[in-house]
Amino acid sequence: MMPSQTDLTAARTTGSAVESGTGDTAEAPAADQAAGALRAGAGGTWQALRHDVGAMLGLGYIVLVTLVAIFAPVLTSISGWTPYEFDQTAIDPNLGGMPIGPWGGMGAEHWLGVEPGSGRDIFARIVYGARVSMSIALSATALTTVLGVSLGLVAGYFGGRVDLVISRIMDFLMAFPALIFMIAVLSALPASNRSGLLVVVISVFGWPYLARIVRGQTMSLAQREFVEAARAAGASGTRIVFREILPNLRSTIIVMSTLAVPGYIGTEAGLSFLGVGVVPPAPSWGQMIAASVKWYAVDPAYFVVPGVCLFLLVLSFTVLGDRLRAVVDAQEGR
Amino acid sequence: MPRFLLTRISSGLVVLLLVCLFTYLVFFALSPDPAVQICGKNCTPELIDQIRANLGLDQPFWTQFFLFVVGIFAGRTYGDGASTVDCAAPCLGYSFQSSQAVWDMIVQRLPVSATVAVGAAVLWLLAGLVGGLLSAVKEGTFLDRFTTGLTLTSMSIPNYVLALVLQYVLVVQLQWLPFPQAVAFADDPVQWFLNFVMPWIVLAVGYAAAYTRLTRANVLDVLRENYVRTAYAKGLPQSLIWRRHALRPALTPVVTIFGMDFAGLLGGALITETVFGINGVGKMAADSIARNDQPVIMGVTLLAGFLVVVGNIVVDVVYTAIDPRVRVNA
Repeated sequence: MMPSQTDLTAARTTGSAVESGTGDTAEAPAADQAAGALRAGAGGTWQALRHDVGAMLGLGYIVLVTLVAIFAPVLTSISGWTPYEFDQTAIDPNLGGMPIGPWGGMGAEHWLGVEPGSGRDIFARIVYGARVSMSIALSATALTTVLGVSLGLVAGYFGGRVDLVISRIMDFLMAFPALIFMIAVLSALPASNRSGLLVVVISVFGWPYLARIVRGQTMSLAQREFVEAARAAGASGTRIVFREILPNLRSTIIVMSTLAVPGYIGTEAGLSFLGVGVVPPAPSWGQMIAASVKWYAVDPAYFVVPGVCLFLLVLSFTVLGDRLRAVVDAQEGR
Repeated sequence: MPRFLLTRISSGLVVLLLVCLFTYLVFFALSPDPAVQICGKNCTPELIDQIRANLGLDQPFWTQFFLFVVGIFAGRTYGDGASTVDCAAPCLGYSFQSSQAVWDMIVQRLPVSATVAVGAAVLWLLAGLVGGLLSAVKEGTFLDRFTTGLTLTSMSIPNYVLALVLQYVLVVQLQWLPFPQAVAFADDPVQWFLNFVMPWIVLAVGYAAAYTRLTRANVLDVLRENYVRTAYAKGLPQSLIWRRHALRPALTPVVTIFGMDFAGLLGGALITETVFGINGVGKMAADSIARNDQPVIMGVTLLAGFLVVVGNIVVDVVYTAIDPRVRVNA
């Protein structure tokens, strides 16, 4: 199928690599020591990442896009155009609404050119589109992480019937033709609050990939001495799961979540591209690219600008997640 | 073996039934009344009631669902009395838009989607396996780092962006490929083949990158195994170790993933088919979604689910054949 499909597959494949990579966690010291070692490990991870050019470039771009998204209204007030204003003077009605000037009308007035046909400012739409992409992808990641981690922990620690039910649901969701179903659901629902809906739909189909890994690691951690010690000391099941086991899964969760973000960015853009995502006139990068399909031959700048922004964002998260995983794997003595 | 197959098939059927139920539920609960949609202009309340009765929409949910499932296996008859329509065995209903049988629409377009999927699969398997093996052999060299960088980049390009770039560069600027035109294979085989080149590349790039990474990681893992070290210690030549000991275990995971990816792709490459205007199952699904043509969307969702389930079963069977370790449990 689609971009999102490729992205999802990629995420899945790298995900399984994480699984094999972090399956054998390092030594199991007593609980307090483990927490201390992890704190030191986080500092070490940052030290190692700081000297990685690719990871730092990726992080830099992510920070930039985040700032742009946060300060979107400020930026558009400087550039002088809102994302919804039509500028009839920037397009040539005799050429079917082609932007006037080279490179899709880029210049001092419109920094990244204008949309052919409508004359809306592309810079403003990119800046507001960043809000959509980042907020949807990050919320979906947060929700999948919460769902995946808690359900994975519960299934892995309590086992038995609970595990059976959760595992069955995961198998079912992973065998489900998720993308077609997502599109069908989104197209059937009223177009009012699509952003929230996108987050929910993406998360419902996304959590099993994290939960499966968390479940496996929880099962092996549950056999360790420090868990046994906690249980002997009279700690409750919930306390053991959240205070003893969860801290040990931190690096896995961070790596998996970072690697999930690019997939969700791609999914959101893909769904918006197909017309079932963010509702116009609210701008989204995927939707901008979809609109540019009709114009690609005569106005390539129109698809290049959002295309490059989207590509760099996905690439940044992918590279950052990849390097993070390499560092964490190395630290865990693999 | 037959017992293991039986369990897999029955659990696959349960998954399919659930897929069916979920999709049906979503449409039942969320969609606007299809009877109004079909009725169109010159509509009267009586006419709407009649359409509802003919389609069985006046029945309660579970009855409708039951009739739909039975229709898939045994066929069903719409309407009663004067005008009836017989829908033969794999009955998925009729399109609200074109009144064609959904099953016929799918069968008509499946070969096109298969052509897209097979060509892309050949490309990505070749590129992924060769790339992964090469970068594993040359681990740590410039070639390895270059390949890794290339895979990360390829994984990050959204399909439709790549599709537009390729169309602009190869068709508009360089004119290496002709503009895509709808032709039958028999009329103009060259144009027909060239039509598929870009979709194949666009679909293959992302998978090729993922497979390169998977192959590389697996090969490196296997080469660190004790039995490979033992083989080296015995003095076996490197080529023999690779062929006999390393490749087989390293490539079995690729088979698993490939079965699922390929099955998923057969069910329709929505975006790629839409961007390139290829008249396959994916484009049909995208078009029906735009027109809210429920029976067609249902049909495609079920087909996709069916293919994934069948793909999983085939993978399991192939897996037992090529990996002796799982045979004992089976």
